[in-house]
Order: sequence, then C-alpha cells, then structure tokens
Amino acid sequence: MSAPGPSEPRRRRFGIGFFFRTLGLIFLAVIILGLTYLLYPRPILQSEPIAAPPAAAHVDHLRPVSDFDNIADLRARSVALFEEAGRVIQNPRCMNCHPRSDRPTQTDAMRAHTPWVSRGFDGGGEPTMRCSTCHHNENIEASGVPGNPLWHLAPIEMAWQGKTLGEICEQLLDPARSGMTREELLHHMAEDELVGWAWNPGGDRTPAPGTQQEFGAIIAAWLDTGGACPQ
Amino acid sequence: MYTISVNSQTYDVDEDGQTPLLWVLRDILKLTGTKYGCGIAQCGACTIHVDDQPMRSCTLPLEVASSYRITTIEAVEGTEVEAVRAAWVARDVPQCGFCQSGQIMSAVALLRTIPAPSDSDIDTAMSGNICRCATYNRIRAAIHDAAGTLKGAA
Repeated sequence: MSAPGPSEPRRRRFGIGFFFRTLGLIFLAVIILGLTYLLYPRPILQSEPIAAPPAAAHVDHLRPVSDFDNIADLRARSVALFEEAGRVIQNPRCMNCHPRSDRPTQTDAMRAHTPWVSRGFDGGGEPTMRCSTCHHNENIEASGVPGNPLWHLAPIEMAWQGKTLGEICEQLLDPARSGMTREELLHHMAEDELVGWAWNPGGDRTPAPGTQQEFGAIIAAWLDTGGACPQ
Repeated sequence: MYTISVNSQTYDVDEDGQTPLLWVLRDILKLTGTKYGCGIAQCGACTIHVDDQPMRSCTLPLEVASSYRITTIEAVEGTEVEAVRAAWVARDVPQCGFCQSGQIMSAVALLRTIPAPSDSDIDTAMSGNICRCATYNRIRAAIHDAAGTLKGAA
C-alpha cells in the first residue's frame, strides 16, 4: 500500500462538520430527553388524611415548688414564685384574651384579631358577630380555628396587656377588679377549663410553659407564702 | 354516619365527623351556592345559618353541624331575604360576586337581629365578610335600603 499522493486531499475525520453534527445530535438528544421528562404522565395528587401533628418533643416545664424552698425570706420566695407563674400569665396564650381594649389579639405575635371582633355585652362577642360564628367547643384542625366550650374574653377589669407583672399581680389580688376571692383565683388558674386550653391550643400555636397542674402548684404556693407581688 | 338537616331536608352523610360542613354542602349535597374562599374563617364566603345564627361552614365540623338546623343561600327565605334581594338588585351590588352569598347570609342575619342598623352596626356584623372587589359601600347602602323596605312594610 502506497501513501496517498500529494494531489489526494487528506481526510479530516474530526473536522468542523463532525463537530457541528455531534453538537446537533447532543442538542437533539437533550430536547428529546427534556420533552420526555416534561410530557411523561404523572399521577394527579390525591387528597390524603392529615397526619397527626408530632407530639411536642420538649415541654418547657415550670420549676417545681421545692426549687424555691431555699429562699429563706418568705416575701422574696413568694415574689419568686409569682415571677415563675408570670411565664404563663404573660404568655400569648393567656394575654391574647386579656386585652387592654375590647378587641382580642391572636397568634404568638399577639397581633389584632382578624376578622374585627369586639367583646360585646358578655365577652362572647357582639350579638351580630358572636365568637361562636367561628369558635366551637374544640380546636378545629381543618381550619386551625381554636375552640373551647367557654370561649370568651376576660372582662375589661382583668386587662393584662400593657401592664407590668407587678401590676397584674396587684390586680389579681384585688377582688374589685378580678372579681375573685383567693380561693376562686386559685381555682381559675389551676382548674378552669378555658385557662387549661392554654396548654392545648391546637394548630401551630405555642402552648403555655409547663402544665396547668404545675402552674396551679406554683399559684397555690405563691398564695400560701402570702401572695407577695413583684415591684 | 351523620344525619344533618339542611334547608328543611334531612340527609345521611357517611363522612368523617371532622369534615368541615362546607365540603359536605358543596361536594356531597351539591349545594354550591356556599363558596370556599379561605378555609380558615377569615373571609366569610362560606357563611351559612345555623339555627338562624350566621356561622362559617369551613370551620364547622360535620359532627357539630348534625345537632342544628342548617340553612344555606339556596333556601334562605323571609321578609328580610326579600328586602335584601331587592336592594341587592337595585344597587347592583355584586361585582365578581364570589363573596356575595356570604355577604347576603350575614346581611339577612343582621337585619333579623337589628332591623334598622346604624353604619356602626353594619360594620360590626359584616366585618367578617371580605370582598376583593371592595363593594363595601354598595353593600352598606343596600342594607340601609333593605332596612327601609322592612320599616315601610312593618
């Protein structure tokens, strides 16, 4: 076999034409694969049961009453107990229904309630816009609307928002404003069903710290030690 | 299985008790006059009457609704309804109309409670019914018109 003569053009196997043909083929392959991916039939999403919300992994417990035993001064111990209770009292779950105006607040951010509502004659809303227009006996998971059989606002005399913890404390102990004796106050905090909702608020609301039982024990110990208020 | 009373008829509904009544009305009973707006009791489009009290059907579980008499926009009736309908037509209140069945259910309930409402009464009763077309001024005027009709008829 002889070498090609000088007049025979040398074959350029990887020339410019080969480059563009390859590029075109790659481009075509990408288009085909892309269309296949885009047009491939997918199952339509079906409705599924709503998964139960995960149990709270961490409960922010209140300090046990025994934690305060080492405070020798009775008044100082009482104040410390109430300050611990203040973690619940000043939690949005409680404060939202103790507004300074006739309008409740809502969410952890304590923003104004939407839609616009007003306490009405009994704390259960205006006659034409009752709380029960939306709120029922229990939290509704589908809509996220919270509920309780006793759903209503605290009376305006029991407004907590805008007050210091010390002012709230004085107010709680004043039957003219709280409308409660100390026994009734303890019952309200430790056993009232609507207050208990604060630890079972449903939806994406953050529960009040601890449990109602822990809170009741703190309040009982605070009253037993004289019911002293923070300054 | 729940038995519910809707528009003076009873229905047996085999659904989960937590199903919002709105979906029973629309998907099962095919009463589509009641609208789905938000599903979280913020807009009022799904307002119905539960023993004559306006409620949001998107947050009313079937198991709760079965204890009451339900009335929807399809069957609500009475002198207040006639007055509201006439005022709504005369004022050409709706624009897109999507919220209007809820608006009308709330307006009827308002006039049954307060036959001659003030602007403030209207604002209070209608605050939970929002309208993206912002027909609020026409709604308020039409409620005043309907109240006038009721007063004239009394």
